[in-house]
Amino acid sequence: MIQTLFGSLNEEDPQSLSILDRMRKAVSRTRDNLGEHLDNVLAMARAIDETALEELEMTLIASDLGVATATEITANLREHAKRQQIRDGAELRELLKDQIRAILDQNTRKPVVVSAPPEVIMMVGVNGTGKTTTSGKLAAWYRARGKTALLCAADTFRAAAIEQLEVWGQRSGVEMIRTKQGGDPSAVLFDALQAAKTRQTDVVIVDTAGRLHTKTGLMAELDKMRRTAQRIIPDAPHEVLLVLDATTGQNGLQQARLFTESAGVTGIVLTKLDGTAKGGIAVAIAREMQLPVRFAGIGEGLNDLLPFDSEAFARSLLEA
Amino acid sequence: MFENLSEKLQRAFKNLRGQGSLTEENMQEALREIRVALLEADVNLNVVKELVEHIRARALGQEVMTSLSPTEQVIKIVRDELVTILGKDTARFQFASRPPTVILMAGLQGSGKTTTAGKLAAWLQKGGHRPMLVSVDVYRPAAREQLRVVAQSIKANIYEGDTKSETAGTALVERLAREARREAVITGCDTLIVDTAGRLHIDSELMDEIAKLKALLSPQEILFVADAMTGQDAVRSAEAFHQRLALTGTVLTKMDGDARGGAALSIRHVTGQPVKFMGTGEKPDAFEPFHPDRVVGRILGMGDIMSLIERAEDKLDKRKSEEFARKALSGDGFSLEDFRDQLRQIKKLGSMESILKMLPSVGPFAGMQQMAGQVDEKQFNRVEAIINSMTPKERNHHEIISGSRRKRIAAGSGTTVQEVNQLLRQYAQMRKMFKGIGKGGLLQRRAMGMLTGMKGR
Ligand SMILES: Nc1nc2c(ncn2[C@@H]2O[C@H](COP(=O)(O)OP(=O)(O)O)[C@@H](O)[C@H]2O)c(=O)[nH]1
Ligand SMILES: [Mg+2]
Repeated sequence: MIQTLFGSLNEEDPQSLSILDRMRKAVSRTRDNLGEHLDNVLAMARAIDETALEELEMTLIASDLGVATATEITANLREHAKRQQIRDGAELRELLKDQIRAILDQNTRKPVVVSAPPEVIMMVGVNGTGKTTTSGKLAAWYRARGKTALLCAADTFRAAAIEQLEVWGQRSGVEMIRTKQGGDPSAVLFDALQAAKTRQTDVVIVDTAGRLHTKTGLMAELDKMRRTAQRIIPDAPHEVLLVLDATTGQNGLQQARLFTESAGVTGIVLTKLDGTAKGGIAVAIAREMQLPVRFAGIGEGLNDLLPFDSEAFARSLLEA
Repeated sequence: MFENLSEKLQRAFKNLRGQGSLTEENMQEALREIRVALLEADVNLNVVKELVEHIRARALGQEVMTSLSPTEQVIKIVRDELVTILGKDTARFQFASRPPTVILMAGLQGSGKTTTAGKLAAWLQKGGHRPMLVSVDVYRPAAREQLRVVAQSIKANIYEGDTKSETAGTALVERLAREARREAVITGCDTLIVDTAGRLHIDSELMDEIAKLKALLSPQEILFVADAMTGQDAVRSAEAFHQRLALTGTVLTKMDGDARGGAALSIRHVTGQPVKFMGTGEKPDAFEPFHPDRVVGRILGMGDIMSLIERAEDKLDKRKSEEFARKALSGDGFSLEDFRDQLRQIKKLGSMESILKMLPSVGPFAGMQQMAGQVDEKQFNRVEAIINSMTPKERNHHEIISGSRRKRIAAGSGTTVQEVNQLLRQYAQMRKMFKGIGKGGLLQRRAMGMLTGMKGR
């Protein structure tokens, strides 16, 4: 048998380990982010040729934009280059940025006008993406803008999820409606909306349990919650935010599809952008589903939430 | 719906009939498809590049295996490569010569460390160990409370300690860890599982902290807990954690979803350490040793028959299935009543489309995956409606269903007599086929058992 590049990964065999080591080094040398890569590409190619474009496509893929989106963007650039000369790297970068922005800004849906308070915002997503944290940050965000808010602890499943949200409630000075662990999420939602209606609270933020989009039973529960909300407030929920971890790969598309199907997602919160992942999957999602990104999470603090800015985001995708 | 790699390769090789040999030219397109498939599965770009290069070399150097088509040859090479990277014998665990064995959980925020710590404790308990849990996540709200609830649910020991409203910081983290180890020794626990706060690999302060924890505890196992849905960034975080801590292995979580799990390859590749376990659900027992071949099948979109079987075991009424299989295979044959029961059971597994998609597209199920897009779910409802419109007697004695009865059944179920005829014809065929299998060999019986959810165990 031909010796594989990666060696036979038998730990007892020191020789194969050293091959692995060498491979690892090779990867870290070539491993880099889109920005550095772009600079290389651009330095290399004075006239934008096919190799440069192919490299570009690869670097977009390295930021999780996915093959289809990356190919489309590159094809557009290629068309552009055919029609008129792209003179230098700076120009290509600008064009690329505009393309990404255009995809992200496709959705022109205006935020819903809420006829009478409360506005209901539901946070949904797979496990561990940052729903509870973002709920807390959002509560603070609205408070800081002079609105009254109420948190609804509808994650009754995960251990200590209610206590976690409670701490965020204290931090942001926002009251929380709860039930006991294991209780019915629709019931606590019902209570929260009743309370908010009576008190004329401006915004209700509903933290839900994380669930994988493949679990049909759990997805149906979200649908039920939506219907519960509608019984009390006919046009609720006004926003359903899919909380998406910026490190998410191509599976993010499937999340967006299935959560939209069951929960009627209206927008995305991209969290953990303070890490090294750039959240390129959001571009792929925007391309396929025209879902806008509403907020960006940039840390674990109360104020680490920014309204999403497609210009800044596209720029950061292209920055070193 | 996307095609799996084998179908794409078949297209790439469409001009290559029979056992044509692989050449630089005809491999071009195939390699492109392989590259795309791996990227779509979230395997890191640089890992993909090397893999593809390597696959090219092997495919071209391959002596012609006369029994395999070009597609099969290439698939085999790709599979072998991926399995080789992921390694075998993954769930080996190191225990200390002098207890307690310390296991340090490390990883990004939200990757599943706390849940995994609980699962690991349950797994060790099942193996006759006495684990103790401790959470040194003094940062995230209610993190320590979460582990307490988890420990309680699996009746595991936990060192809760007292934060004495001391400020959250490394000093407190170290104190809790030290106390927990002492407690483990005193109470005769042989393993100590240390759940840590999620941290970014670029957060130097927190990375310093976990390095200090390592120095303090000299853990036997340092497990990197990573989310199966992670994309291209997996190599960066895994590498940074590995550089700082010298990881001993990875746990891949949330494998019960539909992520392809290419991150497993990337992480394995940059750390050189095996993926030891995978998490397959939120419950404490949804935890298994890592199976490289299963993940490879997923990465290549070759179906996941194991997951299908698991789903079947979870959802199907085993007694009913066995009863059905027994009847179907015996001289009596199964009735339309039994048939309707089976239909209802199968529906519980999810849509027909999703079931077909889980079947491998090579081997005995060839072609089934492609059918997924074409199945008419309504067809199943119509069949059920037809059977519903029959009297119990008709359901159990299909031979009495005369022309006039057929008319009544069609009217009652909102279908046509032709449809009723068709169903009865198909039923008769199936019944005969199953009886035939019943007389057949063991292998066929096994296959049958699997299809009806009766697993010989
Ligand atoms: N660095 C960083 N961590 C975050 C961010 N948002 C959430 N987290 C962390 O991610 C983990 C999971 O968050 P949580 O809100 O519990 O997720 P949930 O399961 O979706 O409710 C926690 O450790 C949070 O502190 C963010 O924007 N940046
Ligand atoms: Mg939560």
